[in-house]
Amino acid sequence: MRVVLTALMLLYAGLALAIDSEPPFADPGLQARYEQLTHEFRCLVCQDETVADSNAELAADFRRQIHGMVEAGRSDAEIRQYMVNRYGNFVLYKPPMQRSTVLLWAGPFILLLLALVIVARVVRRRARAQEGAP
Amino acid sequence: MKKLAQYTPFILPGLVLLFLIGLFARGLFLDPSKVESPLIGKPSPAFSLPELKQPDKRLDQSLFQGHVTLLNVWGAWCVACHEEHPVLVELAARKLLPIYGLDYHDDPQAALTMLEKDGDPYTAVLFDASGDVAIDWGVYGAPESFLVDKHGVIRDKYIGPITPEIIETRLIPMLQQLQAEP
Repeated sequence: MRVVLTALMLLYAGLALAIDSEPPFADPGLQARYEQLTHEFRCLVCQDETVADSNAELAADFRRQIHGMVEAGRSDAEIRQYMVNRYGNFVLYKPPMQRSTVLLWAGPFILLLLALVIVARVVRRRARAQEGAP
Repeated sequence: MKKLAQYTPFILPGLVLLFLIGLFARGLFLDPSKVESPLIGKPSPAFSLPELKQPDKRLDQSLFQGHVTLLNVWGAWCVACHEEHPVLVELAARKLLPIYGLDYHDDPQAALTMLEKDGDPYTAVLFDASGDVAIDWGVYGAPESFLVDKHGVIRDKYIGPITPEIIETRLIPMLQQLQAEP
C-alpha cells in the first residue's frame, strides 16, 4: 500500500513539475518573485487556474513573458501593470480596490454587521420574553 | 389582522431570496469567456512582423493608417477559425474594408495550405511565431478580431468566430460610423 502511495505521489510530483518549462533562476530571490507573480495572474483560457498552475499554451506564453521581465529587472508593479494594460483587471486573481469593486470588498463586512444586529435584536427580544414569563 | 402579522417574519427573507434569484438569472446569461478588452480606445500596440506569404517583407502598425481595418487573429491549429473562415472569405469579397490576419503560434506551411485550400480573405497576414505580439494585443484565444480606425486606434473587439449576424448588426454599423469620422 505504501509503495503504491509513494509511486502515485512521485507521479503527481512529476506532473506538477512538468507544467513550468521555464528554466529556474540562479538567484533564489528572483525565483521566489517569479513564482509569486505567476500565482497572482489568471490564465484567461481556463479561468479558474493561475498562470502558474495552468498548462494552457497562453499560460506558457505568460510565464515566458513574466520570466523575461523578472530577468530584465522590471519591478513587480511594472509587471502587474503590463498584464493589466493588455488583459484588464480580470487577469489579477485578487481584484484591486476601486469604485466598481467596493461592494465586493465591503460586502462581507456589511453582511457580518447586519447579522450581528439581527442576532442582538433576537437575543434582546428573547431575554425580554423570559423576564415577562414567571 | 393576526393572519397578516404571522407572515411578516417571511417578508425580508423572501425579498432577499428574490434578489438572489434575480442575480443568478442575470449570471446565467453572461458569458464569462468574453472578457472586455482594456485596449479599446487605445492606439494599436507597436509591432514589426514578417508577412506570411512573403517572409522577407516586414509589416508594422503603420498599415492601419488611412483606412478602417479589421485585424483577425487566427491559426491553422484553431478549430473555431476554420469554422469562421468562410464568413471572412465572403466578407472580403464584399470589399467593405481590408482584412489583415495575425497568424500566431502556427506552422507557416499549415497556414499557407489552409489559405490555398479554403480561400484567402486577407490583404496581408502578419506572422507571429512566438505569440508575443498576440499578447500585446491582449489575445487569449482564437479567433479574435479587432476593428481599427483610420488613425490606428482600436475601436471594437469581437471574441470568438465572426458570424454573418455580427457583421450585419455590429461590424457594418460601426464601420460606417468610423468611415464617416475625419
